[in-house]
Amino acid sequence: MPTTLDLWHVYLVAAVLVLALILIIVLLSMVIGMARRANKAPVEVVKTVEVPSEPEIKIVEKIVEVEKIVQAPAPEPIVLKESTPDAALQLLGLLQKEARFIDFIKEDVSAYGDADIGIAARVVHEGCNKAINEYFTLETVRKDQEGSQVTLAEGFNASEVRLTGNIVGKAPFTGTLVHKGWKVTNIRLPKLTAGHDASIVAAAEVEL
Amino acid sequence: MNGLFGHVKQNDEHSTEQETPQQDHSNDSEPENEQHDISTASEPLEAQVDESEVKRYSVGIDLGTTHCVLSYVELNDDEDEEVTQQVMAIPQLTSPGVVEDKKQLPSFLYLAHEAEIAEGSITLPWTATPEHLVGDIARNLGSKTPIRLVASAKSWLCHAGVDCKEPILPSEAPEEVDRVSPFEATKAYLQHMKQAWENQHPNAPLDQQDLIITVPASFDPAARELTAEAANAIGLNQALLLEEPQSALYSWIDNSLGDWRNHVKVGDVILVIDVGGGTTDLSLIAVTEQEGNLELTRVAVGDHILLGGDNMDLALAYTIKAKMEKETGNRLEAWQIQALTHACRDAKEKIFNDPEADNVALVVPSRGSSLMGGTLRTELTREEVDRVLVEGFLPEVAASEHPVSRPRSGLRSKGLPYAQDAGITRHLAGFLAKQQSAVEDLEHVELPENATFLHPTAILLNGGVLKSEVLSNRLLKVLNSWLVEEQAPEARLLEGADLDLAVAKGAAYYGMVRKGNGVRIKGGTAASYYVGVESAMPAVPGMPPEVEALCIAPFGMEEGTSETLPEDEFGLVIGEPVRFRFFASNTRREDQVGMRLDYWTDEELQELDEIEITLPEEGRKAGEVVPVHLSAAVTEVGTLELHAVSQQDGHRWKIEFDVRAGEE
Repeated sequence: MPTTLDLWHVYLVAAVLVLALILIIVLLSMVIGMARRANKAPVEVVKTVEVPSEPEIKIVEKIVEVEKIVQAPAPEPIVLKESTPDAALQLLGLLQKEARFIDFIKEDVSAYGDADIGIAARVVHEGCNKAINEYFTLETVRKDQEGSQVTLAEGFNASEVRLTGNIVGKAPFTGTLVHKGWKVTNIRLPKLTAGHDASIVAAAEVEL
Repeated sequence: MNGLFGHVKQNDEHSTEQETPQQDHSNDSEPENEQHDISTASEPLEAQVDESEVKRYSVGIDLGTTHCVLSYVELNDDEDEEVTQQVMAIPQLTSPGVVEDKKQLPSFLYLAHEAEIAEGSITLPWTATPEHLVGDIARNLGSKTPIRLVASAKSWLCHAGVDCKEPILPSEAPEEVDRVSPFEATKAYLQHMKQAWENQHPNAPLDQQDLIITVPASFDPAARELTAEAANAIGLNQALLLEEPQSALYSWIDNSLGDWRNHVKVGDVILVIDVGGGTTDLSLIAVTEQEGNLELTRVAVGDHILLGGDNMDLALAYTIKAKMEKETGNRLEAWQIQALTHACRDAKEKIFNDPEADNVALVVPSRGSSLMGGTLRTELTREEVDRVLVEGFLPEVAASEHPVSRPRSGLRSKGLPYAQDAGITRHLAGFLAKQQSAVEDLEHVELPENATFLHPTAILLNGGVLKSEVLSNRLLKVLNSWLVEEQAPEARLLEGADLDLAVAKGAAYYGMVRKGNGVRIKGGTAASYYVGVESAMPAVPGMPPEVEALCIAPFGMEEGTSETLPEDEFGLVIGEPVRFRFFASNTRREDQVGMRLDYWTDEELQELDEIEITLPEEGRKAGEVVPVHLSAAVTEVGTLELHAVSQQDGHRWKIEFDVRAGEE
């Protein structure tokens, strides 16, 4: 190790730095060149994206992922979350099982009097209540009494509280609580086996 | 049931561990084999010591008539560390293709037809093809197809006159259904819980944990043996048995966080009333003192009463069924009664929990997709609940009123011997009167001279049924009215019990108690046992030979102890099964081994199933007569074992309990 720092050493350090810089630039230009070439390649992929009516959506998703890896600086594509049908079907199945929900909705109510509908409504209400309580934990968003005045501080969660009416000015906002809101804090949906067809929300029943 | 047999010699941890796995319940009767077992038993222990990082738990299983619960607590070397007790969520199928975690595993087994189940729809987290459908799915499918549903297997284990290893369930099933035995069903529930445990604790196999399985205090030796054997059959050789009422008390002690000593005092007699889904179980536990420390001794247990919450729901449903049929003039179908039972269960809770609700609507929806057409509606009123449940099951009776028992009709169908008298209070009165002398030997407990029944001073409730304050208050009121009648102080309720989960929790806690962390309930066997021998009298033509009862195991035999008959000997014929009549008494506390009773009342001695012994030929001639002694031992597991011991060479043969070949 040199104990003194003379001009020679300073010169050496500078040379190393310059060489390193040149190397980086060369590498970068190579990468960008490759990326551009790669950009021209996925014409076929775009074609499949243009035919969205085809049901093979999953394949498209996979190709998009590959594209991302290659093309580093592209802007984030806007992705709208698509709900998986299984959970929705499962919930329908549970409501049908516990509360005869589909039976009730599919029935022609106009043919019956209020008394008959009332009896059926009990089945649906009791069952729905049981199912919802069993599989979800629900809380109100706001603990205040409905109809009372509430003040929303700056930075309040806009997805938890929706403003309506005369929205002007800046936070804090003061207004009347019209609906206290509901929030699911826990979901305990049953697990499904791999072979389970969730689209059968109620199996037909044949008594032997 | 270990607690039942109270204090074992105070072993340190290791010797207990070494001793437990050797309990071999295979049918080996050769002493050589038993020796062999002892030597192999130490192997798993050594393997376990090597993996010192493996966690160890104390696991308690409540193997209930209608529900099973598994609770566990981690065993820490560090005593100061707070231990938290948990109830395991048991994954189970609820309908084909759907798996849910629930704290209770319904004790039902469903024998599905192959056409009923779509491929891949009965997958559990640990297997794609479970051997049996158990839990919620079994109960749900079985509610619509009862001919394939196995329920109350536990009650069959304690049912005289059937062989519990014969495929007899469901008893109503048609020929082509492959039935299972009550033993097999019990095994299936244990197996499901074992697999669920191992799925959640891959590093802690259940066969290496301390395991306690609870049984009703009123279980006879054969039923206890079958329970232990079921655990052994799935590799849980270390399982110990504990009586459910004791387990409930352990749970209460655990819940009090050390404060229990301030709630009971020397001289207390605690009455544990456990009304479960299918059975009512009664036990008395006395609080005594030894060198300044409180001690608990289980002094008496009740008879096996098949009466519980399910009977209540049924009673209510049939009352409403009669009312509806009278109103509409139409007979209700089986599925409607089923739905009505469900509706009644919920409506009853509403009436119990809400003092304002005097009537609750009951709706029986139609089965088809049209909800409005065929749906029936009626009401359940408070008056009906009071009349059917409160007055029917907990009638206000005098302490002298005991359960009514009609002689069974000769043509009894081969079903379970359900209690004939639904009055739980009458069963309670009968129990307390029968056990009046249960505390005579205890120093610190005194009963007034004029008492006509045993006076409990504290009450611990257990079982889902008694969660309803209306019912538990009624029970207390009736009991206290008896006490006041005899100028005794009212019994107080021990608060803070978890009525649904206490038995499983107490069992896991008991695992810790066995390590020396806490007070242990003493007790020993809850009965004395006798074999029937023909008395030496000249035969009188036309008269059956007189039978004497020979005591072979005294009351209160503690686990790990044994007794041999000193003088009496029997000649057993090699190769031929020999049967003995077998009796038990839960009141005769004084009888010593070798005592012969030539007279007894039906109250005193209950006849159990016959026991059987067959001496194998091995090295002897068939037909040779071998003189033997009988020997009774209570194992560490908590089961009673009977052996025949040869006079000549000390050879031992095990006597089987479970030979209930149904030759009643």
